[in-house]
Amino acid sequence: MRRRLATFLHRHAGVRLSLLLSAPMAWLGLAYLGALAALLVTAFWSTDTFTGNLVRTFTWANFEDLVTGEVYRTIALRSLGVAAAVTLIDLVVAFPMAFAMAKLASPRAQRWLVIAVLTPLWASYLVKAYAWRVLLSTGGILGWGYGLGATVLTLSYLWLPYMILPIYAGLERLPNSLLDAAGDLGARGWRTFRTVVWPLTFPAVAAGSIFTFSLSLGDYITVKIVGGRSQLIGNVVYDNIGAANNLPFAAAVATVPVVIMLVYLAAVRRTGALENL
Amino acid sequence: MNLSRTARAALWAALAAGLAVIYVPLAVVVLNSFNADRTFGWPPPGFTFDWWAAAWRSTGMREALWTSVQAASGATLIALLLGTLAAFAVQRHTFFGRETVSLLIVLPIALPGIVTGIALSNTFHSVLGVPLGLFTVIVGHATFCVVTVYNNVLARLRRLGVSIEEASADLGADTFTTFRLVTFPMMRSALLAGGLLAFALSFDEIIVTTFTAGAGVRTLPIWIFENLFRPNQAPVVNVVAAALILLSVLPIWLAQRISGEATRY
Repeated sequence: MRRRLATFLHRHAGVRLSLLLSAPMAWLGLAYLGALAALLVTAFWSTDTFTGNLVRTFTWANFEDLVTGEVYRTIALRSLGVAAAVTLIDLVVAFPMAFAMAKLASPRAQRWLVIAVLTPLWASYLVKAYAWRVLLSTGGILGWGYGLGATVLTLSYLWLPYMILPIYAGLERLPNSLLDAAGDLGARGWRTFRTVVWPLTFPAVAAGSIFTFSLSLGDYITVKIVGGRSQLIGNVVYDNIGAANNLPFAAAVATVPVVIMLVYLAAVRRTGALENL
Repeated sequence: MNLSRTARAALWAALAAGLAVIYVPLAVVVLNSFNADRTFGWPPPGFTFDWWAAAWRSTGMREALWTSVQAASGATLIALLLGTLAAFAVQRHTFFGRETVSLLIVLPIALPGIVTGIALSNTFHSVLGVPLGLFTVIVGHATFCVVTVYNNVLARLRRLGVSIEEASADLGADTFTTFRLVTFPMMRSALLAGGLLAFALSFDEIIVTTFTAGAGVRTLPIWIFENLFRPNQAPVVNVVAAALILLSVLPIWLAQRISGEATRY
């Protein structure tokens, strides 16, 4: 019986494939995408102001509020700015670090450096945000206080390893002989970086930026911990679910980061970044 | 490589400074857990173990810890199963929509956590009518944990190739025997690395948890967050934070010992 099943599976690649794929696809393709679709549908419903119940009739009202409301536009732009700033800061900090790790350190040191960068990833997100709350609190060691700047700083700190590791992996794959060849052909450090290193590691950079950008875009916890009174998209979504009990509007607001991320992913896919994740 | 002396020195300095920035805040948290001053005055006026004792006595913390362990274990098991299946499908077969499968698996961590959180909570709550609790937390966590196992197993399968499995088949082993005796032993460390990452990812998660946990279920991150803004709880929260930092060395050490290679994330 077992033998026959094994032979059958061996001969029928299609059956084997559908057995392998059915469970993951049912979970992610049906359940997860279904949940996202249901959320999208909810964004076109509304809430009865008196009873707080869902009104299941189609309306553009949430999106109209979203587009016309000055507050929401400001918050969306601010979130985008924060995500971009965090990505840029992480890139500037991570690239030299990754380069020193991949190209200057000995193989033995490389192993330890990777561990050194990887270890803080296992420390809780919340704990790291908390560490900055303590550092930045007035009277704390840095004592710079809370606000939008503190949020950008803390988010950059949180997602830095996500930028270092893909770039490191990308640089490690870059053969040293290419750098030597560039040098032999007369290119100095900066020119080699601009014409050889950067184009070849760009997919890795893009992969890292997916993490830093997306993780910053949806964040509302760090803002609550070190952001003082500043608000990002995540906070608007959260407040509309909790205090305001307006799921349809929250769903409409939540489509903003999704659309931004989908555009971002589509743009980045061309660079081959998804294979570098 | 023709890098000038200054460029080399600057790169090393950047690496050292970056690592310092990564570790100093964590070191401060650990030191503060022994700080005799309740409000973490700096430099510490003295050192004490009182906060560690107080944290250990906190029942709320212990219950939250147990909930987190259960949630992370459940999510990891599901992620191991789904991630391995998907990795085999993508690596060993060519089919229409293969790239979409990869995209679909990355999607739950690529999309902001709050979106996954409210989408799932809305589905449980309004569409399926499943009461929110530990079960829904596990489902939510498993959704975004699949990717870690998938990435690790995929990389391993790519490196292994199929020739060893073909040799096994030539020697008369059927599909199942080959998997049991050849493929599985060779991907065990990849499963371990992926599983550890999934566990850590779930253990740490707060956003999806907030929306899928319902009223009675409190994981450790949720407990920390609830107590973060209560000044009289600050020393205990700080001890839990310090303990989590010290514990985070453990999985890295394990992964290093067993696989002898850096884990993928």
